Amino acid sequence: MKKKVISMLLVATTAATMFAGCGKEAGTTGANGTESAGAAVDAGDEGKIINIYCWNDEFRTRVEAVYDKVESTSDDGTITYLTDGCEIHWIVNPNQDGVYQDKLDQALLNQADAAADDKVDIFLSETDYVFKYTDKDADVAMPLADLGIDVDKDLADQYDFTKTTASDSDGVQRGSTWQACPGVLAYRRDIAIDAFGTDDPVEIEAKFKDWATAKESAEELKAAGYYTFASYADTFRLYGNSISQSWVEAGSTTVTVDQQIMNWINDSKEWKDAGYFDPTVKGQWNDDWNKAMGSESKVFAFLFPAWGIDFTMKPNWDGENGAWAVTNPPLEYNWGGSYVHAATGTDNIAHAKDIILQLTANEDNLKKISETTSDFTNDKSAMAELAQRDTFESDMLGTQNPFAYFAPVAEGIKIAPLSAYDQGCVELIQNSFSDYFQGEVDFDKAKANFETAIMERYPDITEVVWPE
Amino acid sequence: MVMKKKRKNISYAKWGYIFILPFFVSFFIFSCIPLVDTIKYSFFEYYRSGIKEVGPNFIGLTNYIELIKSDMVLYGANTLILWIIGFVPQIVIALVLAAWFTDARLKIKGLQFFKVVIYLPNLIMASAFALLFFTMFSTGGPINSILLSLGVIDKAIDFTGSVFGVRSLIGFMNFLMWFGNTTIMLMAAVMGISVEVFEASDIDGCNRIQRFFYVTLPQIRPILAYTLITSIIGGLQMFDVPQILTNGKGSPDRTSMTLIMFLNNHLKSKNYGMGGALSVYLFIISGILCAIVYKMTNDDDPDGSKAAAKARKKEQRKNRRAK
Repeated sequence: MKKKVISMLLVATTAATMFAGCGKEAGTTGANGTESAGAAVDAGDEGKIINIYCWNDEFRTRVEAVYDKVESTSDDGTITYLTDGCEIHWIVNPNQDGVYQDKLDQALLNQADAAADDKVDIFLSETDYVFKYTDKDADVAMPLADLGIDVDKDLADQYDFTKTTASDSDGVQRGSTWQACPGVLAYRRDIAIDAFGTDDPVEIEAKFKDWATAKESAEELKAAGYYTFASYADTFRLYGNSISQSWVEAGSTTVTVDQQIMNWINDSKEWKDAGYFDPTVKGQWNDDWNKAMGSESKVFAFLFPAWGIDFTMKPNWDGENGAWAVTNPPLEYNWGGSYVHAATGTDNIAHAKDIILQLTANEDNLKKISETTSDFTNDKSAMAELAQRDTFESDMLGTQNPFAYFAPVAEGIKIAPLSAYDQGCVELIQNSFSDYFQGEVDFDKAKANFETAIMERYPDITEVVWPE
Repeated sequence: MVMKKKRKNISYAKWGYIFILPFFVSFFIFSCIPLVDTIKYSFFEYYRSGIKEVGPNFIGLTNYIELIKSDMVLYGANTLILWIIGFVPQIVIALVLAAWFTDARLKIKGLQFFKVVIYLPNLIMASAFALLFFTMFSTGGPINSILLSLGVIDKAIDFTGSVFGVRSLIGFMNFLMWFGNTTIMLMAAVMGISVEVFEASDIDGCNRIQRFFYVTLPQIRPILAYTLITSIIGGLQMFDVPQILTNGKGSPDRTSMTLIMFLNNHLKSKNYGMGGALSVYLFIISGILCAIVYKMTNDDDPDGSKAAAKARKKEQRKNRRAK
């Protein structure tokens, strides 16, 4: 009898673990279908349900904060009720491992056949893959002009590079963002004083004004027992976002590796071997990297845009407030940015227009977002005004006003030419050369590994061209 | 007479068929159709580029040839190595434990408890297990800090940075997860051996080690073979542990990239053609292995020796012919 009970227990638990992997979808799709009766009564063109695809609650909190039609949000955060009786249904899938894109692609491919209330109305994309969705042949994101937005007039105050990023190859803008992501150099004041004798942002800026000077400063830091950056991945965006040609030219099946990428590889190898990086950190977004942002760490600086300081560094920092400062990086760069698109085929054109305008083009709203969250928003005049202030209160930076540094960087950003293959290229080149930096493989093997990996990821790529 | 005849005609067989019908229906829908589709698409160029679909265009055996030309064989070797690293300690420990647990003379207390405990690792999801190890063995992780503070090492070891480290971690995890399962299976096999055999060996003056090697092992040979083959088939499908531990990269230098991780790489671009071809290769290998198991477990050799069984069959045939 005892045996029987135990064996049944075992069977039950194994069965449970077998099925544990399955039922994850319930939370993401359960929101539909309840209000269809109400929608049928409404005879207008505009649907009652606005489906927004995104990967976290950032956009929702922004909408709740500034969109004037928001009435309330359900406790589980899946539905936001608007004052005009419509509902925003949030369909959230994590960005990791391409899950978000998988689900979104599937929904967009089914867009034509989906019932009006199930159609994707608004979706978000990140700079790394925005081009995939703004592609004019794919035509999944509506041109803003078709929504009734006058790009030149309504979005006049947006930073130009954000408009370029969200445009297709003909220059038709198909998305808009509320944030610009100029990156800065964020450094630890205590380490700066210890190694350089000063924590003044102006002097630190001079020490990192270009890569050659930065290398000398790195040597100084090393002598004092510190690492300049956490890992080679940290500097990637500075090089990677200043490439002169896109990874893959339109209509081509060849990946062209830019000279800037080769510079990154050479410099990183040199820096790594010289001991300027924390040897325990490999790449980003892992535990070791997070630890490098803690007070026990010997890492001097991180290269981050506004969101990095607020979302990534803050949760990992366990020291006192105001221990960090920002200054200008060796190269101006942009990292990230979430774009809002209206999906082709949406039945909520008026709402989409309204949301895009209020969230990404309304100066008061954007200023409010910046003031409450320290996010750098996409409005030149509002940002210029914030940059003028002498002090700005934040946990990480104390009273230093980071906007004074963000704003000039943002003005100077020239976005690297985009292609639909960017995400894979950026991710795989870092992976492949990680082994090279660690000394596991030689340079040629790392190149070969990148070629293998990129052709696996994108079956239509036939060749990889390396600069001489 | 008449009544009897009528009763004879009642067929209960159809109820049997009706009762097993649900299985066949669900098998057909959820296994058979996808299987046929996989094989079909393996002859097509069919993938997604960005959000645009390419294909399906019939391209014959191109996918198969491309795969042979790629590093597939290397990934197969990786898979085999990773499997061996996990399987060897697993079968050894499982044999020892099975022998101990079934030994009537040892009278181990709390046997059931131990059986459950050694089975427990198998109940954790492999991915959760791998994530746990990933965190524990990271350069700044607890294992390194413990070793550092004990003074065993003076510099953090980069476990996931070396081929040896990654492979042994994967092997160790597979061992931990599966040795309980194997132990329980082997225990069943050992308990199936008639007690008289053990008693006889005792009377003949067998010691424990001799008994293990000359009585237990030969008797459980069919189950051992079965364990081996099912483990190979399971090993062929090794995925979640190395995937999570190396973040899908199979690092360093793709030395821990298994066949299914390779397949997964193709599925990132929804490359059903290439993925299908790879699956067909795996299907063929698994099929061969299954055939071997089938042969092994269906041998009618009452005295445990295949050669003897064959010889007897030959004899019988000869006798028949002679008659």
